Amino acid sequence: MAVLRRNLTAYGFLCAALFCFAVFAWYPMIREFILSFQETNLIDPPTWVGLDNFEYAVGYPGFTEAWIATLQFTFLALVCGFVVPFVVALVLNELRHARAYLRFVVYLPVMLPPIVAVLLFRWFFDPGPGLFNQILGFVNLPALAWLDSPATALISLVIVSTWMNMGSATLIYLAALQNIPPELYEAAELDGAGVFKRIRHVTIPQTRLILLLMLMLQIVATMQVFIEPYMLTGGGPAGSTVTVAYMMFQFAFTNQNYGVAGALGMMLMIVLLVFAAFQLRLTREDKA
Amino acid sequence: MKRSTGLLVASVLGLSATACGSGEPAEPTAGGAAKVSITVACQPAKSAPKERQAWDDDVAAFMKAHPNVTVKSTDQQPCFDPKTFGPKLAGGQMETVFVVPVTNYDDVIAQGQAMDITQLTSEIKNWNDLRQDVRDLVTKDGKAYGVPNVHYGVGLVYNRKLFTEAGLDPNTPPTTWAEVREAAKKIAALGPGYVGYGEYSGGNTGGWHFTQALYGRGGSILTEDNKKAAFNSPEGKAVLQTLHDMRWIDNSMGSKLLVDWESLMVAMGSGKTGMMLGAPDVVTDVVGKFKGNVADYGITGFPEAKASLSGGEAYMINPKATPEEAKAGMQWIDFRFNTVGKGRFDYARGKANGNPVGVPDNAVYGDSPTGQAIQADRVKNASLPVENYDPYVKASATIPPKAEPLHAQEIYAILDVAMSGVLSDKDADIDKLLADAETKVNAVLAAKG
Repeated sequence: MAVLRRNLTAYGFLCAALFCFAVFAWYPMIREFILSFQETNLIDPPTWVGLDNFEYAVGYPGFTEAWIATLQFTFLALVCGFVVPFVVALVLNELRHARAYLRFVVYLPVMLPPIVAVLLFRWFFDPGPGLFNQILGFVNLPALAWLDSPATALISLVIVSTWMNMGSATLIYLAALQNIPPELYEAAELDGAGVFKRIRHVTIPQTRLILLLMLMLQIVATMQVFIEPYMLTGGGPAGSTVTVAYMMFQFAFTNQNYGVAGALGMMLMIVLLVFAAFQLRLTREDKA
Repeated sequence: MKRSTGLLVASVLGLSATACGSGEPAEPTAGGAAKVSITVACQPAKSAPKERQAWDDDVAAFMKAHPNVTVKSTDQQPCFDPKTFGPKLAGGQMETVFVVPVTNYDDVIAQGQAMDITQLTSEIKNWNDLRQDVRDLVTKDGKAYGVPNVHYGVGLVYNRKLFTEAGLDPNTPPTTWAEVREAAKKIAALGPGYVGYGEYSGGNTGGWHFTQALYGRGGSILTEDNKKAAFNSPEGKAVLQTLHDMRWIDNSMGSKLLVDWESLMVAMGSGKTGMMLGAPDVVTDVVGKFKGNVADYGITGFPEAKASLSGGEAYMINPKATPEEAKAGMQWIDFRFNTVGKGRFDYARGKANGNPVGVPDNAVYGDSPTGQAIQADRVKNASLPVENYDPYVKASATIPPKAEPLHAQEIYAILDVAMSGVLSDKDADIDKLLADAETKVNAVLAAKG
């Protein structure tokens, strides 16, 4: 009876989670799939149009540029968003004082609503009184256009994204680092290994699985970048920050073309599924 | 990022196709008339208590005059939001009476998202006094789909105080683009942070203002048959060249790109931006929402204008409304928005409430008897310096209106690139920007057939 009651409680929690997934994740995905093959004004019954929406999206001016911008953003966000949190975690792990305080400080941006963080950076990037140009001026460096130049707009968005998201990644890396047996470091030290050799031969191999997992999760997350271009650049300047997710938004809510938006969403999902499958395979190989 | 996309996917794709009617079967009242309940959009927000009270008073007066009709108001701000328009319709949440800006007339009508009200126009007592060219904008294949509520043309909004500080005469504002450039240079020279001329470049607002400037110079976005792009022309090049030169040679446009409607409004409201293309409602918004000092702003005619992009909005009826609801909705539109001295034209009440009265922000009735009566009432109750808007009123009378291009929003998104291109790159190749945009617009037109 006790076992049954315990299982019932577990099933209760499971049902709640399944309900949330069904309503907020699976149903929208199924709707997206259906929508991508339909033309609809959301009033009259939709008409089936086969692959027309996909053809329209692929032939749409700016489609290729949007994918290139998305991949560029993903690459840059990985360079910053993958390496920086790992380095920060390494430093935090080595600290002997104020660890809890610094962990809190690193995690703080994650607790800010994204919209607040983005608006904060809008001021930081302001070409006039913005914080970043004030700092550059203080050290006698020329001001940058940040969001207002096609050359720097995308990297500016990467900076925002990294700042907003690095807290979670840092804590995950830190947890992985703390699970490494200290004897391994002691043995390496006895063998005369310096800091970099210890990282290379102990830390990285011991955290390989979590590093791979985070790499794939970050690829999946960064390829869906939307808030940053929507709030900060409106896709500009000169279209340099129109990402696939931003283009999807434009089709759905500006052009009222839900079918093409759905087709774009499907394409993005397929690309991300490929990454996810790759990640699963790597993880299995690693376990084997 | 993941959080944002989750929301995006849920909102973009979780659109239920469940069609919900907006009303229930009508029940007869004791007097015989069928009971009907309607929802109406655009009730002022709680943050504007006086305007909200005036609205609620109008609702009460309307229901007293129409005892069979129950009116429920919604206060979503802004009244029309393209991001929620489709989902609201699909989810049965759209009001019986809703507002649509002129930019979206074609799309809403073409997609069957507004009711054909041709048989109900008799409910609008001044229908025939509404300007024919404005009614044409909401007419397709001889059928009317909306009641024009506001109509205006483009002008040059300017800060009179900055003109004075820069040694310019605010009573003789620029009438040519060369004069605009000179004035902008002098205002920018006032010091750091001063911008002579502000312009949009993103979020579709860049393409929208490119179209305004292009129309003013006599150009067109599309060919007559709407089959090809027509903006890669001397007029289109002149628009971009002027902006490029003001930004990079004169340094009179500041260094910050303005990527949405609000950004330029904030800049104008700050009192440090001298001029912008805009309609009279810009003055109302800058003063009412962005803390601008009302006495500082004037509006003059669109420089060298050969045509002016039509701006404004119309009220439309939910296509799912029952005939009784549609009729009651039209009666509400007539009562609140088309009665001289009542509802939104109750200027005496507006003045008593401290609202800015006097901006010539509505030419929907033109010079008709209704239009003249409204204008007389507005001047009589003006709380603003109406003389600041005289140059606009005089100039606008001679500038023909011109409608938005077909597929406006998609074209504006493409033209954003050209606008932000010249404003973000000193070495921008204007010919290439226009040629690229032309290729893209032609591709969109070809795909749409």
